[in-house]
Amino acid sequence: MAEVVLSHLMKSFGPVAATQDVSMTVPDGAFVVLLGPSGAGKTTLLRLISGLDKPDAGSISIGGQDVARLTPAERNVAMVFQQYSLYPHLTVRQNLEFPLKSPVLRTPQAEIGSKVAKVAEVLRISHKLDNKATNLSGGEMQRVSIGRALVRNPSIYLMDEPLSSLDAKLRADLRIELKRIQSDLGATILYVTHDQIEAMTLATHVGVLDHGRLVQFGTPREIYESPLTLSVAQRLGQPRINALPADLFPGAPSGATTIALRPEHIRLGEGQEARVTRVERLGDQTRLHLRYQGHVLVTVADPHSRLETGDAIAIRPENPLYFDPQGARIARKG
Amino acid sequence: MAEIVIKNLRKEFGAFTAVKSSSFTVEDGEFFMLLGPSGCGKTTTLRMIAGLELPTSGEIWIDGEEVAQKPASQRDIAFVFQMFALYPHLSVRKNISYPLVSQGMPKAQVAAKVAEVARILGIEHLLDKGVSGLSGGDRQRVALGRAIVRKPAAFMMDEPLGALDAEFREHMAEELRALHDRMKATTVYVTHDQLEAMQMGDKIVVMNHGVIEQFGRPQEIYDKPATMFVAEFIGSPPMNFMRFEGHVRPGNDHVRLGSVDLRVPVQHEDAGGQLVFGVRPEHVTLDDHASYRGRVIASEYLGTTQIITLDTPNGSLKARVPSGRVVNPGETTGLLFTPEKVTLFDEAHGRALKSALHDEGGARG
Repeated sequence: MAEVVLSHLMKSFGPVAATQDVSMTVPDGAFVVLLGPSGAGKTTLLRLISGLDKPDAGSISIGGQDVARLTPAERNVAMVFQQYSLYPHLTVRQNLEFPLKSPVLRTPQAEIGSKVAKVAEVLRISHKLDNKATNLSGGEMQRVSIGRALVRNPSIYLMDEPLSSLDAKLRADLRIELKRIQSDLGATILYVTHDQIEAMTLATHVGVLDHGRLVQFGTPREIYESPLTLSVAQRLGQPRINALPADLFPGAPSGATTIALRPEHIRLGEGQEARVTRVERLGDQTRLHLRYQGHVLVTVADPHSRLETGDAIAIRPENPLYFDPQGARIARKG
Repeated sequence: MAEIVIKNLRKEFGAFTAVKSSSFTVEDGEFFMLLGPSGCGKTTTLRMIAGLELPTSGEIWIDGEEVAQKPASQRDIAFVFQMFALYPHLSVRKNISYPLVSQGMPKAQVAAKVAEVARILGIEHLLDKGVSGLSGGDRQRVALGRAIVRKPAAFMMDEPLGALDAEFREHMAEELRALHDRMKATTVYVTHDQLEAMQMGDKIVVMNHGVIEQFGRPQEIYDKPATMFVAEFIGSPPMNFMRFEGHVRPGNDHVRLGSVDLRVPVQHEDAGGQLVFGVRPEHVTLDDHASYRGRVIASEYLGTTQIITLDTPNGSLKARVPSGRVVNPGETTGLLFTPEKVTLFDEAHGRALKSALHDEGGARG
């Protein structure tokens, strides 16, 4: 595995700047997740690193070596795509062996056998090795396609929304497995997704992309608790953070135009009066939709809260975040 | 607006039974969810209520009239599909007017109704645009407009938000529910998304393999699942199942898992053999002094809370705990289970055993 360093990367497709001055270090052994909506430039970055696209400017180094002149094969990266592309006429074993049988690698058969066995065990598909690839469930197919990347010993794994085509339960299971595999193997992974849950749960580091720019890079906790911009604050958290005019509550610092309150950061029963407009009982929590001075807020309450639509309730911000008119965070003094 | 009563509804397609003897009541003005995995019979049920499919047997009462064998045109129902079926070559105004014009309504009246609907949906500025250039959300609003303009007795919606991306979906779900709260029209809504069902529904029917597993208010279904299927389908992460051999008798308030006694709500039934101790992740607490032990496999940060996955002598388990607590994979910890929230199941039948949890007010314990 190896450290990957991007510096001042630029890439445009016609008038569209897909990557704008992105600098970032993927530390050796890290699980870096790039999070952003569609069109933010996530996939473009993966393609630049893998060598499928060439940057207009900037440099990429993998394990200390500038890879500008290297072909995709020479860069020794392994890609996993959203759609598992297995050879349908081959067995699981043959699919897993395939990358090792490349004439360039000349891997001895005994070594191929032991590598495939090990990866199959890690992915818990040992009992399916002799099945046809088409004779597998969706989750198993995706595990085989991840396995095909794992049998190699690349500098870095590049994964493009590998779990997005799976159903919710399978996604949750594979998330845990992927995290376990990564820490067991000490693998370096750069993973792209628009799913905030995947970003928060998988990543050692999250990079938030917006319109081709890397807006923030840090641990999931840093990104959630100390977002640098309003758009980053809005990207994480379910339900979404409430963004309201700063002067709606007392105590805004000068220059602040927006106060942002996570739903769990609204204290109930103290402060100013708001009106309950809707109660959603989700089982483990109750979501309250409130109307306060003409604005809508969402907060969370105890699962068995007795509040009903139409009730009045006092609210007070706790740990609010403030932002200036450009959406940049204003740190609170004192 | 209307009450809808379903009695012993059944639908067979050749040898395949899509819906097996379903009965439930949708009260006037309710937002009613049909929830289940694909192939569970929810869409077939909806289509039978709408008259797009005729039942093999059973009754459908809409507003006091039995309509099971009547065609769709004779039922006063509007249908909103997953893929917004709009006329691509017509303007927004013409798309919304269409159902009224085809009924032969006078022009002035049509114009007034379309204006009202456009105002309710906030699409007045789009009325003269073509629908092909609209965003996904606006197209969905137009499709809704076409359904509500007729003021039908009830609305049938088949995963109307299924095609939208996650962020926008949440927004449209709120909009749709707010629209319902203003119009109070009886709505039957099909979804496979448990969160959507919990968020939007006044009542939920959970279906599986053509059978109704449970019917009730969202919180009730969450707190007192009637079957293992419901316990697992509702909630994210789902309810934990810890399997054990044992026997419970009426009056018991403990079960023994391995060498540890765990408190449960006072049981009302006699059951034995393979049993299941069901507990939701937020009712599991990590406590070093507890005698039931588990080994931490993973922790997943989710902002205010984190999900801890553990290995226990009775299988894998997930706990939802505050994210401030440091939990490291590999460590062993004691586990406490909030006793009054536990459900025991009989594994052979997948059915919840009756206990104090099911007594009046038991869930609030």
